Amino acid sequence: MAGGFFDRSSIVAPPGWSRWLVPPAALAVHLAIGQAYAWSILKQGLIDAEDLSGTATALPFQLAIVMLGLSAAVFGTQVERRGPRWAMFVATICFSSGFLISALGVATGQFWLVVVGYGFVGGIGLGIGYISPVSTLMKWFADRPGMATGIAIMGFGGGALVAQPLSNGLLSAFGRTSGGVASTFLVMGIAYGVFMSLGWLLVRVPADDWRPPNAPAASEEKADTGPAVSATEALKTPQFWLLWVILCFNVTAGIGLLEKAEPLYREYFGQASAGQQLTSAVAAFVAILSLANMLGRFVWSSTSDIVGRKNIYRLYLGVGALLYVVILLLGNSNKVIFLIAALFILSFYGAGFATIPAYLKDLFGTYQVGAIHGRLLTAWSAAGVLGPLIVNSIVEAQGPEGTGPSRYVVSFSIMIALLVIGFIANELVRPVARKHYAGDVERDRAATTEGASR
Amino acid sequence: MSHDASPARTSGGDTPNRTALIVFAWAWVGLPFLYGVYSLVLKVPALF
Repeated sequence: MAGGFFDRSSIVAPPGWSRWLVPPAALAVHLAIGQAYAWSILKQGLIDAEDLSGTATALPFQLAIVMLGLSAAVFGTQVERRGPRWAMFVATICFSSGFLISALGVATGQFWLVVVGYGFVGGIGLGIGYISPVSTLMKWFADRPGMATGIAIMGFGGGALVAQPLSNGLLSAFGRTSGGVASTFLVMGIAYGVFMSLGWLLVRVPADDWRPPNAPAASEEKADTGPAVSATEALKTPQFWLLWVILCFNVTAGIGLLEKAEPLYREYFGQASAGQQLTSAVAAFVAILSLANMLGRFVWSSTSDIVGRKNIYRLYLGVGALLYVVILLLGNSNKVIFLIAALFILSFYGAGFATIPAYLKDLFGTYQVGAIHGRLLTAWSAAGVLGPLIVNSIVEAQGPEGTGPSRYVVSFSIMIALLVIGFIANELVRPVARKHYAGDVERDRAATTEGASR
Repeated sequence: MSHDASPARTSGGDTPNRTALIVFAWAWVGLPFLYGVYSLVLKVPALF
């Protein structure tokens, strides 16, 4: 029966199962849904083929990001209860269907189907897919949760790298006509459906009595007395909202740079080169920012397992603010320092996403960490609006009289202020009070519900 | 702590057929990813 196949009980790992099979399962989902960051290529295809405006073709992406945050928040508890195979399967169906519905929309000239398909249906796939492996990875890698979630969330950052050559190749092969763009959506929908299937076929949850190798001798006792806070209760703690502020402002500061990467580089170094040389340099700048964003997710999140979550966020927020100060003070006088500062800021941006699940685990335990993470991702949706709004509105408000690095002084100053607020919020984080821990009765009820579905 | 000591319950007990599965699974996700990174790295020299 299908219900059994997708049930948590049917994916309990047999003895000898390697935990190193779980990260590729997670990556199969995250590398696929990370395609969202490469929407601009399909967007350009739609503009060329359908003669649509830039604003209209941005809609599917914007709706997808909003749906990511909403569906992660709404379905988080469901994902936690039903398990990762169910979640990954639903994510596969939604994300793949989003492309197929969009293909139908382009083929029939019904652009609203692209908005509903890619934005709404695909966006639900993004949200469920994003949180689907998080708590499972942390249970398998309880000794290295930062590294484990870093690998998966690096996949989300790297998804655009896979999607860019794929989308460009398909559009070149099929042509930038309605039929060509529809075929591109169709092939991508099928390809991602197949690619993501490895995730739900391969994922396993550890048996109740499984312990990581080299676990400290006291880990068994610690597991019983450590934090275990439900998703509902977590919302009542100051720690949740402090982390919400930290994530929101860290992401806002990164988006502020990422969103304007192309015009920013032109404003800073446009006078030193021109024409094709400048275009290539701008493309290279955007490329290394993507690389820093992606690598930061793995490197810094893994480092957090050694130095601790609070310390690593001191680095992201404190050093991030100082790097913005460096960019402000030096302007375009030193290109190498500008590039190094920008790379580190973007690496901290990516790392902020990757380390937050482990921070949540430290504070709230693994009991419902996936659902809590889902609710926290609303901070990402807020930052997605806040970051571009700050940079665009301030830069554009200056009009044509503001030129060069001076155009960014106000917006970068705001970013510094946000990072400082985030830094203070991080300093205020304390362990969650025991009164918020789930009681034995609640935990037993959850275990019974889980057991009954086996 | 018998659980910690049991090789069947740790990741240390990979059997040969699991090794093949591990290689396949990592190749499935690793190859497209590495191709994407390679495509990206090709653009970087234009910056200098």
